[in-house]
Amino acid sequence: MRGPLSTRGTEGSVLNRTGVCTKTCTVLNGPSGEMLKASPKMGNEAGCSCYQLCAVLDTTYCGEKSRRGKGAFMIPFLILLVLEGIPLLHLEFAIGQRLRKGSVGVWSSIHPALKGVGIASMFVSFMVGLYYNTIIAWVMWYFFNSFQDPLPWSQCPLNANQTGYVEECARSSPVDYYWYRETLNVSTSIDDSGSVQWWVLLCLTCAWSVLYVCTIRGIETTGKAVYVTSTLPYVVLTIFLIRGLTLKGASSGIVFLFTPNVTELANPVTWLDAGAQVFYSFSLAFGGLISFSSYNSVHNNCEMDSVIVSVINGFTSVYAATVVYSIIGFRATERFDDCFSANILTLINGFDLPEGNVTQENFAEMQQWCNASNPAAYAELKFQTCDMNTFLSEGVEGTGLAFIVFTEAITRMPAAPLWSVLFFIMLFCLGLSSMFGNMEGVVVPLQDLNVIPKNWPKELLTGLICLGTYLLALIFTLNSGQYWLSLLDRYAGSIPLLTVAFFEMFSVVYVYGIDRFNRDIAFMIGHKPNIFWQVTWRVVSPLLMLTIFLFFLVISVNEELVYSVWNPAYEEFPKSQKVKYPNWVYGVVVVVAGVPCLAIPGFAIYKLIRNRFQRAGDQQGLVGAQSTVSVNGDVKS
Amino acid sequence: MVSSLYCMRKMRERCRQTDRHTPTPVWPQLEPSGPIFTPCLFTLPSVLLLFQYTWDTNEEYLFKAMVAFSMRRVPNREATEISHVLLCNVTQRVSFWFVVTDPSRNHTLPAVEVQSAIRMNRNRINNAFFLNDQTLEFLRIPATLAPPTDPSVPVWIIIFGVMFCIIIVATMLLILSGIRQHRRKNKGPSEMEDTEDKWENTVKIENGIPCDPLDMKGGHVNDAFVTEDERLTPL
Repeated sequence: MRGPLSTRGTEGSVLNRTGVCTKTCTVLNGPSGEMLKASPKMGNEAGCSCYQLCAVLDTTYCGEKSRRGKGAFMIPFLILLVLEGIPLLHLEFAIGQRLRKGSVGVWSSIHPALKGVGIASMFVSFMVGLYYNTIIAWVMWYFFNSFQDPLPWSQCPLNANQTGYVEECARSSPVDYYWYRETLNVSTSIDDSGSVQWWVLLCLTCAWSVLYVCTIRGIETTGKAVYVTSTLPYVVLTIFLIRGLTLKGASSGIVFLFTPNVTELANPVTWLDAGAQVFYSFSLAFGGLISFSSYNSVHNNCEMDSVIVSVINGFTSVYAATVVYSIIGFRATERFDDCFSANILTLINGFDLPEGNVTQENFAEMQQWCNASNPAAYAELKFQTCDMNTFLSEGVEGTGLAFIVFTEAITRMPAAPLWSVLFFIMLFCLGLSSMFGNMEGVVVPLQDLNVIPKNWPKELLTGLICLGTYLLALIFTLNSGQYWLSLLDRYAGSIPLLTVAFFEMFSVVYVYGIDRFNRDIAFMIGHKPNIFWQVTWRVVSPLLMLTIFLFFLVISVNEELVYSVWNPAYEEFPKSQKVKYPNWVYGVVVVVAGVPCLAIPGFAIYKLIRNRFQRAGDQQGLVGAQSTVSVNGDVKS
Repeated sequence: MVSSLYCMRKMRERCRQTDRHTPTPVWPQLEPSGPIFTPCLFTLPSVLLLFQYTWDTNEEYLFKAMVAFSMRRVPNREATEISHVLLCNVTQRVSFWFVVTDPSRNHTLPAVEVQSAIRMNRNRINNAFFLNDQTLEFLRIPATLAPPTDPSVPVWIIIFGVMFCIIIVATMLLILSGIRQHRRKNKGPSEMEDTEDKWENTVKIENGIPCDPLDMKGGHVNDAFVTEDERLTPL
């Protein structure tokens, strides 16, 4: 199952989170589309202070583009958005708003044995937050390095005696070399851990510190930070749109985006990927949505909000995809032109033709002419194959889209450092706003679970969580860090999310009772939810989730776990080598994916056992005690 | 001794951006005066260039002059003349062979000498033709690539330092203001408690009948007035 950064070789699809702020105080949709509202405890009795958390688009960053052509991906994505995303979104908004607790509290209110669902959400939020911030650290590294002209990833460094470029760089490309060698310094397998890369460590420290500053007092500080992190990406995206549309070849990228590829639609894996993408897009099942929604006033119109959020989400998805694909089209055209020029040069050199005789238009005829005039010499010439479609759908795996494809496209634009700075600021804001949701999904359940003493200030709690996760995330600063990240991305985010979402819907509809839920919503917004919600909640969405889950199990059981490594010693070098995971990785996968899923039945069993024991000892004898009179606390003898 | 010949090839690069001059084809004359040249094997480089002028005999003369100039800067070869430089096999691509003979015109100069002389004056030769290392290529004379300028402190550390300082300052401010708020909150209720005690005492003293003081801790929602419906939905 795909995570936000798929390493199964699919390019990403656009991930959107959008938000809206309605006027009567409260609806603020968080970075993940969560409803956020200031509760009276925030200090406003009469109305509510609105914290506008507008979700933004997490595109390239935590989204992926389908390698099989965005046109093919859009359709399943939009369909599943309507059938799976919107109902689940409405459900989470509604229960949070009604029961007014975080995810753990909500599920234990519905049924005490279901507390495991909340705990599972907390685990998922924790795991995703763990590796997500490392990506932000990488973005910061690129951002820090963007303030120089020429950009460091635009040219290869020279070798020792300055007669040529470093070999690894000459064989691949400057952007690849910069990403794999100078940023990650990646080893050749996940076994080979290497040491901590100090520059990545510095950036990671910076990323966690920024996150701490923004979430230090919970919603109070987050609410203010979101003003920047939500609006800035839209601004930058618009700037990139204008820039992108004026580049040569942008139209070919956009056409590629919107042409549906019918063969891909028939492939179940596309639907699988689209389904998982919807979850990431809305941050469903992370627990953050429920928590944010609990801050809303009881009579807030959550139905309208969920529809608005979804519409804006869909629109932003298309918008961002257009921007990204216009830039990809530009890059593909440049590469195509380069490839063609190289072929023309080969022909001209081989036959000593004058300049200008061979162009892109008459290349084919000139080739035939040369072949006819001197077949022997012609046979010795080696031409590259230049196919526009290959360039457009070039394999970009998750982080590759942002750090390789886009950075290369940026180096070809005039005033490259400016675009680079803007781009990485945008990615930083997007990532940070996603992290807010994750932090909320970890901090609030911990408070609800009563494991933290009540008198600890919030700053201390947030600080401890940030520090703990930071120390765990040091693993991603090793040489093999990128492989660990891909592993977590693939397994920590997808399976548990699907399981949690399925149980959420099942619990609300069948354990809490759909009729009771309908009455709650009628109480909150004034009318019962209409037939669309009834059908999707009861039947369509759970079935869809179950189908996706089963499909995924079937597919993953059959396939071997492989991952891509960057190995300069590989024969087809610039391409990544596919290597099998070592055996201990299976253990890690089981822990990472299994623990959240097993928390659900695990907690139910634990509760059952505890109830059994309590019932056995329930009938205790009456304890005799003397009653003493006390007035105002003074015991009167 | 087999003298190796150097081939110079001028390549035209397809103009990436806008204009595309179509240079006129050049048909220079062969001047194979002098000893027989042994052809050399060469591999074709892969760079193209845009010509800003047509290649004619005058340009060839300039080239010969530049090569002669380079040779004259070698300690033993100050007597090299333009007529000692010979071009041949000039093709339409504007690529040709050249050799430098010694003043007696009996044999050609060794390859290594010519190679090092051109290498030292590469910049001047490039500039004379408005070309650069990529666009004017001498086969078998490797280009000396300019090393990138490395600032003493990498730029990124400066930016990182600035950002980190801002973050530290912001964290300190937020934590301090949080502590101050906490202290104010703690002082508040304790002050209330004092007055409450006093009130209690006065009540006790005044009436002599102990009674429950009113709940003075303000700001609480009175639970008595919250309807059951608001809190929970009936099963």
